[in-house]
Amino acid sequence: MAVNLEAGWREASIAGTIFEAGNSIEYITGTWRTLRPVYDAEACTHCMICWVYCPDSIVLVENSKVIGFDYDHCKGCGICAVECPVKVKAHAYTGQPGKVIQMVEETSFE
Amino acid sequence: MPKSKIRALDGAHAVAEAMRQINPDVVAAYPITPQTAIVQTFSNFVADGLVDTEFVAVESEHAAMSTCIGASAAGGRVMTATASAGLALMWEVVYVAASLHLPIVMPVVNRALSAPLNIHCDHSDSMGTRDAGWIQLYSENPQEAYDNVIQAVRIAERLLLPVMVMQDGFITGHGVERVDVLDDGTVKGFIGEYKPEHSLLDVDNPATYGTWDMYDFYFEHKRQQTDALSKALPAIVEVGEEYGELTGRKYGIFEAYGMDDAEMAIVVLSSSAGTARMVVRGLREKGVKIGLFKPRVFRPFPAKEFAEALADVKAVGVLDRSIVFGAMDGLGPGPLYLELCAALFAAGNTTTRVADYVFGLGGRDIIPAYVEQVAQDLAEIAETGEVKTPVSYLGLRE
Repeated sequence: MAVNLEAGWREASIAGTIFEAGNSIEYITGTWRTLRPVYDAEACTHCMICWVYCPDSIVLVENSKVIGFDYDHCKGCGICAVECPVKVKAHAYTGQPGKVIQMVEETSFE
Repeated sequence: MPKSKIRALDGAHAVAEAMRQINPDVVAAYPITPQTAIVQTFSNFVADGLVDTEFVAVESEHAAMSTCIGASAAGGRVMTATASAGLALMWEVVYVAASLHLPIVMPVVNRALSAPLNIHCDHSDSMGTRDAGWIQLYSENPQEAYDNVIQAVRIAERLLLPVMVMQDGFITGHGVERVDVLDDGTVKGFIGEYKPEHSLLDVDNPATYGTWDMYDFYFEHKRQQTDALSKALPAIVEVGEEYGELTGRKYGIFEAYGMDDAEMAIVVLSSSAGTARMVVRGLREKGVKIGLFKPRVFRPFPAKEFAEALADVKAVGVLDRSIVFGAMDGLGPGPLYLELCAALFAAGNTTTRVADYVFGLGGRDIIPAYVEQVAQDLAEIAETGEVKTPVSYLGLRE
């Protein structure tokens, strides 16, 4: 059951106690982000280091391949970009040398 | 009447006895003068197998209240006890207990706050937590402390709010008096079983307590607290009446002595009401129209009831055993005076004059002569309608 964000104080759960397990998926924390992780899909070796290290489990994986990030919940901490072990001469998105995952200013996106 | 036994007990032992009879699921406490006798005596009961309580000997009062919060959220009937610096150290989590609506019961044996270091009675400690969202009951003597603690369990669990039960350090806490102790079965029957609607240990219905709350919901959750407190007074009165039917000792939200036709009133909490009552009795015998008004409940503050009870009184002398530093141009009145003035003003009362008397800080004695001095002041205020000194000090060396 989704949390009713318009609930008045009479309807809101007492003291904010939560009775549904796993409902943090409903809480959009991606808006906190100032830097966005962007990965170079061609150069990525799918080693899963970023998947292991991500504290918010936002690295999306399908059939053992990294397919992107859950930007609704990524807070932009940058741990994935630090831990990423694969180097590129020119990142597919940024054009910069460095890691497969690079952090990009959020303001540069539409 | 149920079976009971008259015993010679000080306030701390009377409360420990009540705790034995309540038999809480969890008690987490740290000893501090003058509360020590409660925790020490209760831990003896635990060691002797007289209670089923899980006693947690914590490393601090902050840990004591934190443990109580976890245990209460887990669905237990939970108690602790503290005083002075202990309550001050607990402060952060005192708020958490109230804002999570956990029915924790905490006897407090009132003691001054440092500095300078002082172990004796005043009300700075519990008054410091008056905005924390707890219900506060003040007791005059060991009997009231015992009765209030038993009622507090019912009040807390009915309202889902924590309750503090105060008694004066040393004066009541270590003063041996006659206490009518109910038999164990009567107390057990009165408090009944605690059946929480939700609990952490209900694994079939998992719940998360103490969640993250942003500007989108925090305000609504604070409003829920004011709602719960605004419904507390009728519940406190009902429990007090039921306790009265059971024991012959009925409790309301205040005690009025000689107030029926009173033109003057002395308002005071806890043990000093005994001294004031004696003075009022003597003055009444001389035909002076003075009464004693002793609040039992300070939180929630019964503003309407107090304003109504004092509506026809010309002069009120409030005796405050703590200072709200910086209040009223820094004059340092006490919280009871400030709350009472606000209550009278809100009720549209423009005729009752109120003066505040700070007394008894750090255990300074209050003697009948001080109360007589207040009565003399009140006679002048009643006649002139003028309060010359809004805040004065009883028993202070000039």
